[in-house]
This record gives sequence, structure tokens and C-alpha cells, in this order.
Amino acid sequence: MLGAYLPIIVLVIVAALFGLVSVVMSSIIGQKKPSPVKLQPYECGCEPVGSARERFSIKFYLIAMLFILFDIECVFLYPWAVLYKRLGLFGLAEMGLFIVILFVGYIYVWKKGALEWE
Amino acid sequence: MDTTILGLPLIYYAAMILKVLVVFVFVLLTVAYATYAERKIIGHMQVRLGPMRTGWHGLLQPIADGVKLFFKEEIVPAQASKFTFLIAPLIALIPAFISFAVIPFGDTVELFGYKIPLQIASVYDTQAGRVLDLNVGVLYILAMASLGVYGIVLAGWSSNNKYSLLGGLRSSAQMISYELAAGLAIVSVFMLSESLSLQKIVADQSNFFSWSGTWYAFKQPLAFILFFICSLAEINRTPFDLPEAESELVSGFCTEYSSMKYAMFFMAEYANMVTVCAVTVTLFLGGWHGPLHPVLNFIVKVYFLIFVCMWIRATYPRYRYDQLMRLGWKVFLPLTLLNIVVTGIVIAAFS
Repeated sequence: MLGAYLPIIVLVIVAALFGLVSVVMSSIIGQKKPSPVKLQPYECGCEPVGSARERFSIKFYLIAMLFILFDIECVFLYPWAVLYKRLGLFGLAEMGLFIVILFVGYIYVWKKGALEWE
Repeated sequence: MDTTILGLPLIYYAAMILKVLVVFVFVLLTVAYATYAERKIIGHMQVRLGPMRTGWHGLLQPIADGVKLFFKEEIVPAQASKFTFLIAPLIALIPAFISFAVIPFGDTVELFGYKIPLQIASVYDTQAGRVLDLNVGVLYILAMASLGVYGIVLAGWSSNNKYSLLGGLRSSAQMISYELAAGLAIVSVFMLSESLSLQKIVADQSNFFSWSGTWYAFKQPLAFILFFICSLAEINRTPFDLPEAESELVSGFCTEYSSMKYAMFFMAEYANMVTVCAVTVTLFLGGWHGPLHPVLNFIVKVYFLIFVCMWIRATYPRYRYDQLMRLGWKVFLPLTLLNIVVTGIVIAAFS
């Protein structure tokens, strides 16, 4: 199995080297004339008001939580899908039940309004 | 060739390095000329000429752009988190390029009596007489696709700019939502292929004209369409390019980036597009099988899908953010689950 995994490491090294070298080279070659105004955060030419590290909408947390829930479901589905033909009707019933239970949760989330964006 | 390192012959290492370099340079060139092709194609679709000045019909435009960005001033905003700000473009770029490792782009070729499969992460098992590749190839691709989110969300957060933060948040929410739908859409393919190895999936689609060996796009049309659209959304292509919605967020997560670091994001975006097209070709459009030379088949199919991406960009207006999230969570997610259940019932009924 080593033969199949080793090239990935080599490719990662090649890609990382390419990225690093071009970023470092351009920061060496490029001109540098920093000024206080230039280093301000860009806000369409206005003076920036406050920091950007403020509170943001709870919606994003909700989406992240829902993503984790459904992604775990997705992870469960993968081995089942690969073995499906060998599991036969048993597999269908088992996973049918699993998907139905999940779907109930999905409908609950929908009805609670977690998927709405206003 | 009897010398072996870690149980593998020397020619394996030579072939591996050759494959890695050729594929890397090929993807890099494709990325460079995809930017040119995009400007040219969209230009002509809008009855403009596109780039014309650099070289014959602007053919040297990507090189000129690259050189220009290379010599540009590098600005790191005063209040940015320096290290994260510097590392974010690399985190976005590297996963975009390394997903290509598991994609088979041709048949096995023989070099000095040693068989070499045209897929980076693979080896020819002489005892078993078949190609050994990553048996979790698809999972690897999905994992790399999710890693790209980190680059974008870190870039958005570390810039300490309100536009960047909003762009990064939007982008991460969009990417994880559609990653889910894309991940679920291809489950039905694995129910048919009974494997996550891309070699096996391509081998299943070797005979276009028989039902048992035809493309998965015909057996799973819904999965094919859903996967392609979700992938477009996941890599922030139009009509889902909300993170970079220039009319509202200036340039989204890369507002504060300049010089080569901006180019990294730009390249990552196009490399992701190339990868997504290659994955779609491998999973649904028969991989390298076809009437021409295997490698040529693969390239033609991938380039056609890249053209479709550009065509879509020229045709459709951008989605609004609430519409985008509604589409992902309320339309695509139930559709993918339905597709899995229907596929399951059909397979059970016919076996």
C-alpha cells in the first residue's frame, strides 16, 4: 500500500514548495513602500470604524452544527453504500430506518426555522 | 532493476516523480490558460474580443498577469494576524493541487518491462496482476475539498477587515453546505460501483454502448447533475460566487490580499475548478475511456466541462445568499437522500 500513498506525500511537497517559493520570491522582488494609510483595512476609502473582530450572526454557527450532524450521517452512508449489494434487503431496511430517523430530524430543523435566512 | 527501496523497484520512484511533475505542470498550465480561456470565451459570448494585446490574440496574457503579480507590492495590513494572513493562501492552494493525486488519467503503460498506471497515487501489483490504488480515493478527494475551506475562512478572519470577515464566513457556510450535498449525491454511485477506488469506478464505465458498462451519468443522471452543481457551489464558481460578490463585499475574503498571495487564491480557485471537472469526468463520464488515446479522452472531457463552467458563468446571474442556502439545504439535500433511497430500492428489486 506504500506505493499508493507515497506519491501523495511527494505531490504535497511539490505543491507546498511551489507556493512557498513563489510567495517568498515575490515578497523579495516586489517593491515595499508601506505607509500608515496604505496599511489600514480597506473600507471603500472611509476611515475604518472599530475592529472587524466583532460578533456575527448566530446563523453561521447553526449551519456549522447542522453540517456536522449531516456530515456524520454522510460518513455512515459511505461504508453502507459500498457494501450495499452484499447486504441485500437487510441493508435496505437498516439504512431506510436510519434515513427515516434522520429525515424526522431534518423536518424538525426545517420547521424550527434553522434553515431560513432573512 | 533488482535494487529496491522499501520493497519497491527504483523505476517505481522514477516514474512516480515523473508523474507528479508532469501532472503538476499540466494542472498549472491548465490553470493559467483557463484564466485566459475564461476571459476570451466570456468576451466572445458578450460580443467583445477579450485580451488581444499580449501576443497573438492575447495568448501571452496569463504569463503577463503572472509576471505583473509577481512584481507587485506585498501589503500586510497593520492590524492583521501576520502569521495566519501569510499562511492562508498556501492552505487554500495546496489542497487544490493535491486532489489530483488519485485521479486516473490514462491506462497502464509499460516502461522497461515495468507496468506503470497513469494515476499518481497507484502502483502496479505484479503478483495480483492489477493496479493498486487508494481504496479510499473518493474520501481523499472529499477531504481535500474540505481543507480548502480553512484557507478561505482564515484569510477572511486574519485580514481584520469587515468585508473579508463577511466574505470568509459566507464562503465557509456555503462551502460546507454544498459539500454535504455533493458528498451525499455521489453515495448512489458507490452503491453501484461497490468501491471507493477510482480505478474501479473508471473500470466500471469502460463500455459506453452496453448498459452494464456505460457511464454513471446515464445510470445516475440526478446524482450527476446534483454533484456538478454542488461542486460549482463548493468551489465558489458563478452563479454561486457569493464570497467574492464584488457588488456588495468588494472582493470578499481576499480584499486585503495583493501580489503573489492574491495570485495563490486565484490559482486555487481555478485549480479547484480543474479538479472538480476531473472528478466529475472520473465518477460520471467514463474517466479516460473513449474513442481516442486514453489520456487525450480524459483531457478532452475535462476541458469540455471547464468550458461548461465558463458558459454557465456567462449565462446565469448570481444567486442571492438566502436563495443559495435555501437551494442547498431545502432542495438539494432532500433530493440527494431521495436519490439514495430510490437507487437502493431499484437495486434491491433487480437483484
